[in-house]
Amino acid sequence: MWRFVIRGLCFSLLPALPVLSNAKEISDFSANPDLPSEVVASGFEFLTPESQALQLDDFANPGFLWVDRGRLLFEKQEGKRACVDCHSERDSEMDSEMDSRREGKTDPESDGKVLPGSATRFPKINQDTNQLINLEGQINHCRVERQSLSPLPYESEQLLSLTAYVTSLSRNMAYDIAIDGTADAYYDRGRAYFFKRKGQLNLACSQCHDDNWGKLLRGDRISQGHPNAYPGYRLEWQNFGSLHRRFRDCDVGVKAEPFAAGSETYLALELYLKWRAKRLLIESPGIRR
Amino acid sequence: MLMIRIKAPSKAKKGEVIELKAMIQHKMETGYRRDRYGRQIPKDILRRFECIYNDVVVFRAEFFPAVAANPILVFHTIATESGTLLFKWVDEAGVESYDKVELEVV
Repeated sequence: MWRFVIRGLCFSLLPALPVLSNAKEISDFSANPDLPSEVVASGFEFLTPESQALQLDDFANPGFLWVDRGRLLFEKQEGKRACVDCHSERDSEMDSEMDSRREGKTDPESDGKVLPGSATRFPKINQDTNQLINLEGQINHCRVERQSLSPLPYESEQLLSLTAYVTSLSRNMAYDIAIDGTADAYYDRGRAYFFKRKGQLNLACSQCHDDNWGKLLRGDRISQGHPNAYPGYRLEWQNFGSLHRRFRDCDVGVKAEPFAAGSETYLALELYLKWRAKRLLIESPGIRR
Repeated sequence: MLMIRIKAPSKAKKGEVIELKAMIQHKMETGYRRDRYGRQIPKDILRRFECIYNDVVVFRAEFFPAVAANPILVFHTIATESGTLLFKWVDEAGVESYDKVELEVV
């Protein structure tokens, strides 16, 4: 954060310097084109102190309303069983009581028994379908395959809450995204979308979030476009929303046709962005403007 | 079901000033906005809040359309006797949402 504050000061005092520092940044950037710069700054750094305080207060942060509801839904029996019958949020040593409930219900191909940390690995390739799915997709996969329920629509209160709860258990952990094997093609696709000019404004994501982060876009500091607050509470929405809802807002912002939440393009973009944010910690439920 | 979050001490000394926090999930739709077809979105806000401490109203608030979604209230009261704190919201249609916590005064 201090870097752009200092750069902002340079702008006003010494007009020749920022050109040099920008040139340096561009050369850093071309040396490693998949990172915005040597500095990886969470969107948190671009918030006002008041919004930062709201995110850090585990009571006042309204995102926890969705986390609370997600916990209730997680423990509630729906269809064949409750989520908690297969998945434990607790560490294994505390878990003897749960083991008896889970006995005979173990699923050998699922690695998600222990929930803390599981959100760091999404989106990933689903072994059954060989397609990329994110956490929302995994929750719906579980609902259909394990609970014999219908999938939940994207942005529905239930799906948002479940995603919020599961992601909150990975708070302060780093992303652990695999981009090898089948995921490689999705990575390329997501990266291509990030660098592709689109919409009536003919802007690529990278032009704001790689090339011009830290500068002002009207009253707002442009962030580096990291996904680590989501699912999160956005003050503009006055509501809780998914990362794909946020993508739609950016696409609408450059006057491009937005994709549907959960579409393959957005899944690929999510994969690319979470890989790109791998040095950051998950803040969900985060607060954003 | 509206999600409610309450933060209150479970124990307090007699005469102690205690801080109470109450948040509720509500969209607080103002009634001034229009949807993508130009139709007015009906007003849907919480109108009143009350905190009742053993049948005594210790805090009351009225809400208006300018109040943000998911309102949070932070207020104080004096711990007088052991009992129940009831937090109650009433919306436009008169529907009540409430939650309660027990307070032990020593």
